[in-house]
Amino acid sequence: MWVALLLGVLILGSTAGEIAITHGMKATGEPERLRPLELFEFLKRAMRNGWFWAGVPLMALSFYSLLVLLSWRPISFVIPASALSYVVGTLGAKYILREDVSPARWIGVVLVCVGVALVAAG
Amino acid sequence: MGHDLRIRIKTLVMILAMVVCANAGDLMLKRGMTKIGAVEISASGLEHALLATVTNGTIWIGILFLTGFMLSYMTVLSWADYSYVMPAGAFGYALLTLLAVVFLHEHVSPRRWIGVVLICVGVLLVGQTRPRTTEAVVREPREAAA
Repeated sequence: MWVALLLGVLILGSTAGEIAITHGMKATGEPERLRPLELFEFLKRAMRNGWFWAGVPLMALSFYSLLVLLSWRPISFVIPASALSYVVGTLGAKYILREDVSPARWIGVVLVCVGVALVAAG
Repeated sequence: MGHDLRIRIKTLVMILAMVVCANAGDLMLKRGMTKIGAVEISASGLEHALLATVTNGTIWIGILFLTGFMLSYMTVLSWADYSYVMPAGAFGYALLTLLAVVFLHEHVSPRRWIGVVLICVGVLLVGQTRPRTTEAVVREPREAAA
């Protein structure tokens, strides 16, 4: 019961956090060139974005659920179960971030999700 | 076409940086924590673990790499789709298996090899889609004015 609940927190927390950060980074705008000074300016702008700071605690919450789960269950259970976040994340990208997820990308995501589960299961 | 190719190349470079930093960071943390030993869950055990981790050079190198991962992740998301970068980053799991076989001579089960193949095919499929499918988000008014 608690395991299922924490898995939910792990998957939804990391997805929500990464979606918030993605939105924040798109609003920040890309650095013109990948040079140290411009990257530094880009990061300064990113730090002033509210969406970035909304994403950080969500990712922290997800990270702590991962630590607790790893203390209860073996890694070969936890990582395969959390691989579902690839599918949840893609749904979020499509419906919240309005990204155009083509059939090829969907098939790729599902293959990655199953592949990560198999690799982590050992 | 030239513009499209440029976006693809810089996205690829950043995803490679992400994967290398994440794997190197995890490896350093694992090494550092192995040296420190199993953490005992008690007040004194946690205090000892905290002191041992903040004074351990390997742990700090690990944290440095993981910071590099976070920064490259943030940077690539400023232009590329989340649904492009996220699955492509899973390439790291496949890479880790190959490194374990080549350098650590670990035995890898058939099930894990199938997983590696699925990840590689999946990443290739995602990789050939357009890295960016959304328009630039309307900037916050204050930033747009600047």
